Amino acid sequence: MSSCDSTATYSAKDFKSEVKPVWCPGCGDYAVLSSITKAFADLGLKPHETSVVSGIGCSSRIPAYTNTYGIHSIHGRALAVGQGLKLARPDLTVLVAGGDGDGFSIGGNHFLHACRRNVDLTYIVMDNRVYGMTKGQPSPTTESDWDASAMAPPGGTGMTPFHPLAIALASGANFIARGFSGDPNGTAQIIAEAIRHPGFSFVAIMSPCITFREEQREWKNTMRSVNIEPTTDPAQAARRLMTDDGFNCGVLYRGNRSSYGKEKKATNAVSDLDREFTL
Amino acid sequence: MTAANMFLDAAAEAGYYALFGRSSGPQIRGGEAAALVRLGVDPVTSVDDTFDIMLAIDWQGVQRFAAELPLSANSLVICDPSAGDVPEVYVKTGAKIVHLHMKDLAKEIPGGRPNMIALGAIAELIGIPVGPLTEVLGKSLKKKRADAYEASVAGVKAGAAAAATLSASKRLAPAKAKDAKRWTVTGNYGAGLGAIRGGVRFCAAYPITPATEVLEYLSSALPKVGGVFVQAEDELASINMCLGASYGGEASITATAGPGLSLMTEGLGLAVASETPVVVVDVQRVGPSTGIATKCEQSDLNIAVYGLHGDAPHLVVAPNSVGDCIFTTQWGVYLAESLQTACLVMSDQALGQSRAIIDTPADVAFVGKRLQAEAPAEGEVFKRYANTASGISPMPVPGQDGCQYTSDGLEHTETGTPSSQSSDHTLQLDKRQRKLTGFDYGNHWATIEGEGDIAVITWGSCTGAAREAVERARADGVNAKLISLRLISPIRPQHMGDALKGVKKILVVEQSHLGQFTRYLRGEYDLPVKPEALSRPGPLPMRPGEIHARLLSMGK
Repeated sequence: MSSCDSTATYSAKDFKSEVKPVWCPGCGDYAVLSSITKAFADLGLKPHETSVVSGIGCSSRIPAYTNTYGIHSIHGRALAVGQGLKLARPDLTVLVAGGDGDGFSIGGNHFLHACRRNVDLTYIVMDNRVYGMTKGQPSPTTESDWDASAMAPPGGTGMTPFHPLAIALASGANFIARGFSGDPNGTAQIIAEAIRHPGFSFVAIMSPCITFREEQREWKNTMRSVNIEPTTDPAQAARRLMTDDGFNCGVLYRGNRSSYGKEKKATNAVSDLDREFTL
Repeated sequence: MTAANMFLDAAAEAGYYALFGRSSGPQIRGGEAAALVRLGVDPVTSVDDTFDIMLAIDWQGVQRFAAELPLSANSLVICDPSAGDVPEVYVKTGAKIVHLHMKDLAKEIPGGRPNMIALGAIAELIGIPVGPLTEVLGKSLKKKRADAYEASVAGVKAGAAAAATLSASKRLAPAKAKDAKRWTVTGNYGAGLGAIRGGVRFCAAYPITPATEVLEYLSSALPKVGGVFVQAEDELASINMCLGASYGGEASITATAGPGLSLMTEGLGLAVASETPVVVVDVQRVGPSTGIATKCEQSDLNIAVYGLHGDAPHLVVAPNSVGDCIFTTQWGVYLAESLQTACLVMSDQALGQSRAIIDTPADVAFVGKRLQAEAPAEGEVFKRYANTASGISPMPVPGQDGCQYTSDGLEHTETGTPSSQSSDHTLQLDKRQRKLTGFDYGNHWATIEGEGDIAVITWGSCTGAAREAVERARADGVNAKLISLRLISPIRPQHMGDALKGVKKILVVEQSHLGQFTRYLRGEYDLPVKPEALSRPGPLPMRPGEIHARLLSMGK
C-alpha cells in the first residue's frame, strides 16, 4: 500500500483493497461495496481518514475489502465499536456496516441506543432476510412464513419481521433511508447523503442472498426509487414507513437533532487532579 | 456516614492515618449503615480483629451487621438508652456498655442532630481535640449553611462535654508529626486517577456496584483533561466502545464487577486477538451471579485469568492497598498500551469502596505509549501484525497515511488479512504470547516484605491483614515473609523462585471458597513446597488474627 500525498483525490478503486471477497457469486454485497467506495470517492474523502467498522457475518467482511482503516469486530458489536471510535476521533469519517442478523438480532440493543445517542456516523445494514454465513437460518427481518431452511420450523417462525426503519425512527435516528444493491448509483448517492448528514444516519440496503433466498432475484423487479421529498417530520415519516411495502428506496426521513458529544477540550493539567485528594 | 467522613477528616487533620470502610444493607437509599474506622499513627492497611469502640446511634437492622462488627471484652459500646436495649449479641461479648443521651442532647440545640453529638463524643473518647473537628465542619458547612455549621459545632461540643463525664476512654497514641502532605482517597477514585495518570482519555461504562465510583470519578475528571466519558447501554457496549476508541489511538478503560466482566469476556478476546490495548478494572464482589453486590470476595480470579475462549494470553494485575489502586491502575494502563493487549485490574470491594488517609503517592513515570508505526516504503505492504523479535508490532493511529489495516478478531497474517492457515495461527499465537512473557515488569510484579522460613503469598485486599499478621508473628518469634502478587498473569517464575529461596513453608491467604488463588499458584508455579491455604469466602473481611494464629501453628 503506497503512501498518498495530502492533496490527492481518490477514485472509488483507491478505496478498494486487493483482498478477494468470500461472498457467493451473485451476492448483492459486491454492489454495496462498490456503492460505498463510490460514495467515499464522490465525497472527496481520503482512505486514511476514513474507517469502516463491522461485526460478524457475510456483509461484515467488508472492512478487509476496503483500503480504509477498518475493524472487523465481534458479532453484534459493530455499532458499539464504531461509536467508540467516532467519539475518540471525531475527525475521522466512520461508517459501520453489517447484516440484518448482526444488527437487529444479536446487536439489537446497540441499534436502539445508537439511534438514541445520535453519534455522527453512518450505519449500513445489508439486509437479505437470512443468515448466510451459517447457511440459511431465518433472521429478524425474515418473513414469518418462510420455512425453506433446515432450522426454520414448518410454516415459518411465525414471528413478525422486525421493521428496522420504523424502529430507527422511534429510537431517534437522525437520517433514515432505504437502498437496493441492484441500483448501485442510487445507493451510492444515498450513502453519500447519509455520511454528510449530521448525527446517526441509518441506511437499510436490500441486498439479495440468492444462495439461500433464490426468490430474492425478484427484488430487481419490485424495488423502486421514490421521488418523495424526505421529511423532517417524524409523524409523517412514521406514516410513510408504516404504510410502504418495503420496496421504496430513497431518503425517507431527515431529522435535525444535533449530534452527540461535546468538543474535546482540556481545561486542566493531569497534575491539577491531585488537589481533590490532598488534605 | 456524613459524621464518619467528618470524623475521618478530623483524625487526618490531627495527624492520624486511617482506613474507613462502610457496611450498608441492600436498601437503595438511606436505612441502616455502619461506618468502620480504624485509626493509626502509622499507615493503616488492614482492618483489626475487633473494634475498640462501637457507637450506636440506634440499633436498626443491627443483626445484619453483627458478624461484621466483632467486639471483645475490651471494647466499649456507647449507645443511647432511648434506642432500646443493647442487643444480646453484643452484651455477651462482655464489652463495657455506657449510655449517652444523644437524642436528648441534640434536642437542646436548635437544629441539633444526634450524629454530631456522636462525633463530638467519639473524638473526646479517643483524644482528638474539638479544634480539628470544628475545622472540618467549617470546611464542609460554613460557606453553604451558616446555621447548620453553628448547630453542628454546638452538637460536637455538647457531645465532647458529655463524653468527658463518662467513666471510659480509649485514648489513641499521640500522632507523629506530619512530614509531608497526606491524601484522602478511596480505591475506586484512586483507580480513576491512576487511569488518567497512565494516559487514559476514554471511558465507556455501565454502572454496577461496587465499581460505580470509578465511573463517577472518570465522568467528571476525564472531560477536564480533554477526554471522553460515555455511559453505555450495557457492558457489551462498554468494552467494545473502548476497543473502538483505543483503535482510534486513545488509551481506554472501563470498570465493572463480576457480572459485567462475564459480559465483557468476548470483547476482551477481541482485544487480545486484534492486539488492541484496553484496561478493565474489576472491583470484585461476592459471586457467583448477583451474589452479594455490596461485599468483598476474591473470586473473580478464574474468570480474569482463564475466562477468555481460545488461547488468549493477557495481563492481570491487582492493587494491594487502597493507595495502590492509583499505582496499579496506572501501571496497568502502561502495560496494556506497551503490550497492545487487554489488562484486567483486579481491585475488590474492600479496596474500592474504602477510604484511606495515606502519604502523598509518588508521581510515577508510567504513561502508556504504543510502539508507533511508520508508513512502509513505496510498493511495500504495511504489516500491522509484523512478527517482531519482541512480539510487539508497530501500531498506527487512523489518519496516518499508508498504514491502513483492518483490525481483526479473525486469525490473520502479518498484514492483517484473514487466514485459516496453521502457520499463520501458530505464528500469531507465539507472537501474542512472547510479547507478554518477554517483557520487563521490573520489581512491580509483587510487594515483598520481611524474611523468614515461612512465606505468606496473598493478593488484593487480603494483603493488609496478612502484613499485620506477619508483624504480629514476628513479635512472637515466628518469622515470615510477605509476598503480595501485583502481576497475577503472566507468571514470573524466575522472580518467584528467587523470592521463595530458603522458604520451608508457604501459606496462601485469599478470600475465595474454592481457593482460586491457591489453585492458580499450584497450577502455574513450580512451588518448592505444597502450600497451606487459608482461603475462605466473603463477605467477612480476612482479619489479621486468623492469619496470625495459622502462622503461629505453622511456626511450631
